[in-house]
Amino acid sequence: MKNLVTHRLFWPLVALIALITINTATRPSFLSVTMREGQLYGSIIDILRNSAPLMLVALGMTLVIATRGIDLSVGATMAVSGAVALTIIDASPTPHEPSVVALAIVVAVLVSLVLGTWNGFLVSVLGIQPIIATLVLMLAGRGIALLITGGFITTVNSDPYKFMAQGYILGFPFAFYVSIVAIAVVALVERRTALGVLTEAVGINPKASHLAGVRSRGITWGAYIASGALAGIAGILYSSNIMAADANAAGLYIELYAILAVVLGGTSLMGGKFSIAGTVIGVFTIQTLISTITFLGVPPAASPVFMATAVIIVVLIQSRRVHRAARSLIRSLRSLGGSAAGDDASVRTAQAGSGSSGDASARDEKVTSR
Amino acid sequence: MVIEQEPAGTEDRPIVEMHGITIRFPGVLALDDVDFVLRPGEVHSLMGENGAGKSTLIKALTGVYAIDNGSITVAGESRIFAGTADAQAAGISTVYQEVNLCANLSVGENVMLGHEPRNRRGIDWKVVHREAARHLEHLGLRIDTRSTLSSHSIAIQQMVAISRAMVLDARVLILDEPTSSLDRGEVEQLFAVIRDLRDRGVAVLFVSHFLDQVYEISDRVTVLRNGKLIGEYLVKDLPRGELVTKMIGRELDELDAISTKADRAIDRTATPVLRAKGIGRRGVLEPADVDVYDGEVVGIAGLLGSGRTELVRLIYGADRPDSGHVEVNGQPAKLTSPRHAIDKRIAFSSENRHEEGVVADLTVAENIVLGIQARRGWRRRIRRSEQQVVVDNYIKALDVRPANPDQLAGNLSGGNQQKVLLARWLATAPRLIVLDEPTRGIDVGAKADIQRKVAELSEQGLSAIFISSELEEVLRLAQRVIVMRDRRKIGELDSREVDLDALIDYIAVGREGNAA
Repeated sequence: MKNLVTHRLFWPLVALIALITINTATRPSFLSVTMREGQLYGSIIDILRNSAPLMLVALGMTLVIATRGIDLSVGATMAVSGAVALTIIDASPTPHEPSVVALAIVVAVLVSLVLGTWNGFLVSVLGIQPIIATLVLMLAGRGIALLITGGFITTVNSDPYKFMAQGYILGFPFAFYVSIVAIAVVALVERRTALGVLTEAVGINPKASHLAGVRSRGITWGAYIASGALAGIAGILYSSNIMAADANAAGLYIELYAILAVVLGGTSLMGGKFSIAGTVIGVFTIQTLISTITFLGVPPAASPVFMATAVIIVVLIQSRRVHRAARSLIRSLRSLGGSAAGDDASVRTAQAGSGSSGDASARDEKVTSR
Repeated sequence: MVIEQEPAGTEDRPIVEMHGITIRFPGVLALDDVDFVLRPGEVHSLMGENGAGKSTLIKALTGVYAIDNGSITVAGESRIFAGTADAQAAGISTVYQEVNLCANLSVGENVMLGHEPRNRRGIDWKVVHREAARHLEHLGLRIDTRSTLSSHSIAIQQMVAISRAMVLDARVLILDEPTSSLDRGEVEQLFAVIRDLRDRGVAVLFVSHFLDQVYEISDRVTVLRNGKLIGEYLVKDLPRGELVTKMIGRELDELDAISTKADRAIDRTATPVLRAKGIGRRGVLEPADVDVYDGEVVGIAGLLGSGRTELVRLIYGADRPDSGHVEVNGQPAKLTSPRHAIDKRIAFSSENRHEEGVVADLTVAENIVLGIQARRGWRRRIRRSEQQVVVDNYIKALDVRPANPDQLAGNLSGGNQQKVLLARWLATAPRLIVLDEPTRGIDVGAKADIQRKVAELSEQGLSAIFISSELEEVLRLAQRVIVMRDRRKIGELDSREVDLDALIDYIAVGREGNAA
């Protein structure tokens, strides 16, 4: 039990499960999944499908954050990627040809990869602070996307491209498979090779890692490249969903949600130790929250406040200090009711709780500022 | 809050009583049922090896760590500290090794911080500085209170920290390694202040690695070992040998055994493992030559800032030289980054353990294999079974404590971190290992372990460059000593032909006549 509570994914999971529970309580249909024309329908399926772009971006962000960095340009990269793909398809006389769509996707992802390489170059070779280095592309990227589309919102009609975000295989949305594959690839590459632990070493102590012979430049650079490429795929999914390359709206604020997902998943912004599983949980938490807002019919004007409030609660659930305060509160309540017989803590706490005055002081709070 | 009134005590009534203190960290019992008593008007030294629990006990007393078990009583009042502020309110002040003041504020502001006298228009700066000057004068310190703190030496800054403690009306003053960066005169000055405070009834808790100073200043010692209390003794009743034995729990003539091993002849006709010719960098180090032969330990002696660290960093490629070249086994080698040096099987353990050594949030095992893994590249991960063999092997060979490979390296004591670093490098099977201050700030036991290992490996053919501020150590381990001064190599000595005094002379005045 103790191991379970101290596991670092415990609280992120608790937050997610709590969110799902609240949703199910207010709307019993939340968990129900129905089959219609060979496709699964339901809120859960929507979450799986809609979370795909954020999932890809957040995976890349996890790697970048692990190296003590941050990538603000992912949203702009998504816009560029969508613009490239749709421009190629739009220019083709045969937009329904799978080979055209495949070419468009490959080129778009390659362009994104180049953007990631640029970020990585600024950070790892020129030593520019990550937040500044990626800010450059964050601001310039949407301009590049507009240039590519000639200032218009390019729309296309292409069945294979539409399939990317809207298609289904074996009942599940295709985008969900993209998520799964991305998670699996990232997890395998990071944890089956030594890349993960070397990335962590670089993130925790760059100087020591360098002196130990770790190729820290390459590792940092690689993280930005991966982030760029993953954002590129996310851009494909996004533009496929609306079948348009909207340079201004594509991936707007997604960098912030991705950072949030990474942090909710228990990876520190200070870099170092990271958790792929944590990020996955973080992404689902955010997507569930977004779907909750939609479902509860929160007016659009109020939804940012709602979102912010929910995020604060989720973060508090995970806060170590809050845990400690709660634990010591329980302990002090318990010690007040200490004379009561029996070992059942909850009984004792209840007794003490009712009988205690303000004397159950916060002085008992356990603070370990290590 | 429960107030336990002590029975009317003798004049020796303790100001601090800690009973049955137990603190657990993940995987370690840092303190196990430790009692500690501090009386007013005494200087009490806390002694123990690294990892014995000294810092943990201090942090429990200053409210940094919460205790899992036990009780703390200050002036007869039972206390639970929820933070450092609580401890300060109880009259416990701490002066750390790295002074924790605001370097960019003035001396006066630092002394009076948070206790500034006010008038109607806010803080009355005139009075602030007058009061600060008064407090400083109590400690025999006459300095301009309007000068910036950072413009003063560490010694003065420490005095400022102590006067600040006095402003807070401290009844207990904790000095954690206060003398480690002070020169002899400054130590005298500090000790005069400590004695004065003691005579005024302040209880002083003193922690230092320097046995001489402990014997000079303290009235009583409490010895910890492996998180357990060994005992409390009056200094005058405890001979040094006995104290050391209590600290490390075994007799220590092992260091002497090491010295005999260094008296070996080295074959200097063969090709040297490393030959650096005229290696230097403008403004950093004048060009210097270094040869290291098979199985040889070359010591580098010199004061801090003499260029000894710079020399090895240039050789290793941690910094770029702008003159000279390096040969490894007779082959010219371009060592422009640590990678290249490691590929040539040269290892370098930095003097800066925290910033350039351990990766604190990785486990001991991960730290140990980091060097091998880096050399292999990221694609070929070291298998768990393989890792376990290597790690267990080195944990045993170097006696890393606790012997838990899954412990975070950052939770280890300094001496054990140093052992982990040594293990990391030895695991890469180097031909030459460069050790920069591997024994600084670590206890006698760990020191002996590390020196023994170096001596043992050099006998088996490993070459080493050994840098240490402790010249005895250099003479004990090295066959040849390179002497540095003012960023210049001033000579080489055969360690069999010089004694400590001659070496000190050489460093100080550079008597060329002694050169080997």
